[in-house]
Amino acid sequence: MAIRIGDQPYEGRVKAGVDNTFMREAVSSAQGRFRSGKQKSSEELGNWEDWRTLGEEIRSHTLENIDYYLHQLSDKVEERGGHVYFAETAEEANTYIQGIVKKKNAKKVVKSKSMVTEEIGLNEALEEAGTEIVETDLGEWILQMDEDPPSHIVTPALHKNKEQIRDSFRDKKGYEKTDKPEELAAFARQELRKDFLSADVGITGCNFAVAESGAVTLVTNEGNARLVTSLPDTQVSVMGMERLVPTWEDLEVLVGLLTRSAVGQNLTSYVTSIIGSKLEEEVDGPEEYHLVIVDNGRSKILGTEFQSALHCIRCAACINVCPVYRHVGGHAYGSVYPGPIGAVLTPLLDGYEDHKELPYASSLCAACTEACPVKIPLHEHLIRHRQIIVEEEKKSPQTEKIMMKGFAKWASSPAAYKLSEKMARTSLKPWTKEETIEKGPGPLKGWTDVRDFPAPAEQSFRKWFKDRKKGEDS
Amino acid sequence: MKVSLFITCLSDLITPKVGQHTVELLEKAGCDVDFPESQTCCGQPAFNSGYLQEAKQAMKQTIRAFQHADYVVGPSGSCVGMLKEYPKAFEEERAWYVEAKKLAAKSYEVTDFLVNVLNVTDTGSTFKGTVTYHPSCHMTRVLGVKEAPRKLLENVKGAEVIDLPEAEDCCGFGGTFAVKNSVISGEMVKEKSRHVSETKAEYLVGGDMGCLLNIEGRMRREGKNVKVVHITEILNAQEG
Repeated sequence: MAIRIGDQPYEGRVKAGVDNTFMREAVSSAQGRFRSGKQKSSEELGNWEDWRTLGEEIRSHTLENIDYYLHQLSDKVEERGGHVYFAETAEEANTYIQGIVKKKNAKKVVKSKSMVTEEIGLNEALEEAGTEIVETDLGEWILQMDEDPPSHIVTPALHKNKEQIRDSFRDKKGYEKTDKPEELAAFARQELRKDFLSADVGITGCNFAVAESGAVTLVTNEGNARLVTSLPDTQVSVMGMERLVPTWEDLEVLVGLLTRSAVGQNLTSYVTSIIGSKLEEEVDGPEEYHLVIVDNGRSKILGTEFQSALHCIRCAACINVCPVYRHVGGHAYGSVYPGPIGAVLTPLLDGYEDHKELPYASSLCAACTEACPVKIPLHEHLIRHRQIIVEEEKKSPQTEKIMMKGFAKWASSPAAYKLSEKMARTSLKPWTKEETIEKGPGPLKGWTDVRDFPAPAEQSFRKWFKDRKKGEDS
Repeated sequence: MKVSLFITCLSDLITPKVGQHTVELLEKAGCDVDFPESQTCCGQPAFNSGYLQEAKQAMKQTIRAFQHADYVVGPSGSCVGMLKEYPKAFEEERAWYVEAKKLAAKSYEVTDFLVNVLNVTDTGSTFKGTVTYHPSCHMTRVLGVKEAPRKLLENVKGAEVIDLPEAEDCCGFGGTFAVKNSVISGEMVKEKSRHVSETKAEYLVGGDMGCLLNIEGRMRREGKNVKVVHITEILNAQEG
């Protein structure tokens, strides 16, 4: 699947999103729940702004010293019997994991939820090599069944309702019961249990790797990651190279920010840390453990003005407050990373060519920046992306360029500006009825497609001020 | 106190009465208001669209226009918020950076100026009717002006202020966003219009004409008769 999803152009994706009434209701009500949950749990914690500052400091310190911490992490994992592989590209990561699966002659792989494996298209790579992959996160399991990409980074099947899920279970897995969530979940649990028990390899993502100990930590609510990391003999964790914290203490801060920001929980049901493989003196643990650290474009972001985008802890708080996301849904972004953070990250990881609309898919309302628990200035990054698209990539529309050149001339010359005092009203006269423009020309069209525009005033403010002054003086 | 009015191009050309109310309000509060005539537009439409070089030409004009001002006060959270962004844009042009910093430091949104500089929390106005307040995004999140407009509104005689549901959600204006992404912007403003209707208020009040024109334009299109007013109009209203 890789980072890009689907090949529909942006406008088509937006339209599909806007027209999908059910999805929009589901997203809107989920956003409502997430937002009030976050509000409540952050208030209960108290001093939320101080926690955010601390979170930002930890992330920024970690990224500033990422070479050191990656080294430390890698040493610790190897000390504990694990293998560490640094993959520069998605292909390298996939090839390495294919190699493990082949060597183990694995027929079946169980996976817990992982965005980075979505990003690199690991499932497709393994399926091509003839291995059966089973996603064990409930949302991901549903999506896998429907061959549907995730639309949210925390709750990937947010866009589906229980009736749709029941139908998929029935058509694909022979489910015979109702659309009651308990029955659906019980069925999934039953089915998945068989897969857990017969899997040869377990693959997980990584919420945070603790550099001082080599512990890969997974934050989940379903307990599936526990089974993925305890049943198969061979285990693989895949992490984006920035997903680490220096110490256990830092981990506590960030997990607290993550669970509260993501779903309004003080703590998720499971926080699982796994370290390396079974050592000689130990009674359990995997026979073989691999940590795959994926770069895939991240190191190019280091040292740039976008470095703070790598601070992201994938909580989706920005997505949960985003009004654009609410109306178009996750698939409209055409990336496995939707919402504000997706609009910032996707062009950085996959280039502007296919994603040049994303930085503009925001009203710059800054709700994302305000929500981010590690203070990534998301809307400012979006503006910077726009500057690059215009000034470096030169991908902005020709008409817009001409208009902006005109704007610069107009706004930098009081004389030119003064001309527009009268001209604005006169030039719009043909479209004006009762001081209102219902169908505007040129750039106004987009505006008047959905709302009226008022006719420019008969007399500008500056004229009024001047006349008033004259009256006072005489 | 000498105050230079930063009218914003939108209010200058489209809704001049916002400027008139602002001038009168400031004068009532004891300010001597002047209007530097060489001001044009703060450059935000170009800046937010990624045209930094074009935006800078407008920004330089604005810096020049207000060079001699003691205080720069404007009836828009968004446009004043833009002035505060100037220093960042000129980080690599030392001379302009220094001027940009000065401008940013002396610029205020009008309600913020009334409450936090002039210590006025009651403008002595009377305005009869039910009103609901839309806190615009740049006013609240970029500029950080949250309390001042509410405080002033609470003290308007005759006005009953009704809470707007999901008040801090964007109305979908976003400057060029409203044109460039008009489909999404349209969905956002429809939602805002719904929330305004839920309050059953007679007036929608706000501190940013861009957002207000957007919401007003949509509500007119829907045939609703909610009246949309800039906050300065209510704060300057007299019984009559």
